[in-house]
Amino acid sequence: MSGIMTFIIALIVIAFAGWVFRFVGQKATNNAPTFRDMPFAVAFGYALGVAALIWAVWTYVQAQFILPEAEANKYFFFVVAIHGLLLAGAAAYVFRLLGRIVGTAGSRKLFRQMPLTAAFGVLVILVYAFMAIFAGALAPHGQEEVFAQANVVPGGNPALGGNPDFPLGTDQIGRDILSRLIYGARNTVGIAFVTTLIAFVVGGGLGFLAATLRGWVDQVLSRAVDVLMAIPALIFALLLITVAKAWVDGTGLTIAMILIMALIDSTRVFRLARAVGMNIVVMDYIEAAKLRGEKLSYIVFREILPNATAPLLAEFGLRFCFVFLTISSLSFLGVGIQPPLADWGTMVKDMSSFINYAAFAPQVSAAPLLAAGAIALLTVAVNFVVDWMLHRSSGLKD
Amino acid sequence: MNSVLKIIAQRLALGLLTLFIVSIVIFAAVNLLPGDFAEAILGQGATPEAVAAIRTDLGLDQHPVLRYFQWLGGVLQGDLGNSFAQANFASFVGDDSGVRTTVAQQIAPRFANTMFLAGVTAAIAVPFAVTLGILAALYRNSVFDRAANITTLSSISSPEFFLAYVLILFLAVLNPWLPSLSNIYDGMAFSERLEKTLLPALTLTLVVTAHMMRMTRAAIINLLASPYIEMARLKGIKPMRVIVKHALPNALAPIINVIALNLAYLITGVVVVEVVFVYPGIGQLFVDSVKIRDIPVVQACCLIFAAAYILLNLTADILSIVSNPRLRHPK
Repeated sequence: MSGIMTFIIALIVIAFAGWVFRFVGQKATNNAPTFRDMPFAVAFGYALGVAALIWAVWTYVQAQFILPEAEANKYFFFVVAIHGLLLAGAAAYVFRLLGRIVGTAGSRKLFRQMPLTAAFGVLVILVYAFMAIFAGALAPHGQEEVFAQANVVPGGNPALGGNPDFPLGTDQIGRDILSRLIYGARNTVGIAFVTTLIAFVVGGGLGFLAATLRGWVDQVLSRAVDVLMAIPALIFALLLITVAKAWVDGTGLTIAMILIMALIDSTRVFRLARAVGMNIVVMDYIEAAKLRGEKLSYIVFREILPNATAPLLAEFGLRFCFVFLTISSLSFLGVGIQPPLADWGTMVKDMSSFINYAAFAPQVSAAPLLAAGAIALLTVAVNFVVDWMLHRSSGLKD
Repeated sequence: MNSVLKIIAQRLALGLLTLFIVSIVIFAAVNLLPGDFAEAILGQGATPEAVAAIRTDLGLDQHPVLRYFQWLGGVLQGDLGNSFAQANFASFVGDDSGVRTTVAQQIAPRFANTMFLAGVTAAIAVPFAVTLGILAALYRNSVFDRAANITTLSSISSPEFFLAYVLILFLAVLNPWLPSLSNIYDGMAFSERLEKTLLPALTLTLVVTAHMMRMTRAAIINLLASPYIEMARLKGIKPMRVIVKHALPNALAPIINVIALNLAYLITGVVVVEVVFVYPGIGQLFVDSVKIRDIPVVQACCLIFAAAYILLNLTADILSIVSNPRLRHPK
């Protein structure tokens, strides 16, 4: 009950502070338009923002310097989140600054127009790509290596149950979490990338074919895609994986999952490729190519494809996000990427019960969140970049 | 008015046709591919006699087309068949007690639970998202708008289980305000049930709010450049009133559309969230059945999900037709 009372009193105080802020502003600036026309809601919003900021700083200072460690544990994740946010902002800023100084004139111009969020996105994507390519060299241990010490606490501090050999600890059967996270970049991201690629080859090819040939080919393909798209992607994937399970297991099931996801996703690519292709097919140069007597393959690959690259590339980013999230969800449900491959979704599922120790030993419960956070970070980054690209290409200013 | 009715009737017929074809696809995916689920039930050490007995018992020896229509006829009467996992194995060795758990019995209570979860989510998410969208459009390009933009973009991009665990961490473990496990049973008091559903509902709210809010904001901002809004502004009406009274009614069609589409998206989100919170809904049953390859249950769940998805898309379609005055009053 007292919690609710505190909340109500805090709201009243903030509302009053907002009113005072506006009133003082009006008096101090001699009724400047900003303050004169300010609705109370806006003043309240400012006061609320300032109150939240004060609360965040106060909690941070308390957790970091004042409270004893046992009580500060409660704010461990809060402190980590603040550190992460500040670090991410600083890294993105430095990266953008670097991009503005180094590089060709074109790339420097690109970096000058880039908002901080997009710079952050590009940086994260580069780091992930680096991790995925050099996973073998970066990871201290193998992804399937099982050590004698299971459940080592992250942090590497022996006093807290850590081990310097395993900076992020080991999981419930003794595999190094840091190595598995790094290999996860290769497996999870790589598999999602390959799946999206297959989907684009199949969906794009068929879409262009439908756009060029029209007639019954177009009708049959389009209606089939309509039906397949009427079933939600995750549900359909689960159904097909159930069927696939009758024949394959382990790595075979992973491959089956890749093909199933590629099939489901190619329907979405087909729609776009067909729509884009339809607009290109009516152009004069296609007519000219047809009159020259060019073959179908020449028209599709040498005339349509080069002119459809830009919209397809933007779509590739979004499709990749979607496939990546769906595959992670499938892995989380236990039917996606199968062991022995290390994978972030599976790691979250395996270590999810650690969350319950957060109140006493926050380091322990960080492990599953690290894997889930790795997934979220990449999709957030790709979305930031795509959002900026769409904003740029649409020329939206408002 | 006539032409609207005609269009709606057409859409309804198209929806029913889609549903029919989808049911064929689901049935075909499971049944027409090689391999035998009678062997799957019994495992590798099955004798040919036992396999044959199960095949006869489940009707697997009949022609697939005949089986499809039997299945469809059953579905239309509410009979979804018998679950493999809960099949009474006594019947296969000759000592049949006649008691079977049907798929319908298994699904019915869970279906109600899932609808409850979806209902609570919609009740929180829709007003929340629309209000946020209106505020973001009102204070566009301000700090508030940018913060809302970044937050929603991040919550769209995060996987559902990440949001779920973050919420569990902060609202259940570090601050024990809400239960992290949703063990719901029959005859529970409504308030207690609501309390246990709140955390999964909040997770789903985070997932679907982002799209709805961004769409509401975009739809309203799209209209703000039009002459009649300019006129309203020049009359001296307050900005909030311009948006709520003048812009919002015309932006309703895309907003309703995106709300219906996001409720359709809930269907996919529900699967993962129910697994995280051990919520006894249809999504969890679906995943469990996938793992043990309980074909009749998988088939039935898939059909229900697909039907709900098609129905909500159809609703979005029809509502956007109805809310378009140009279609309602043709020249």
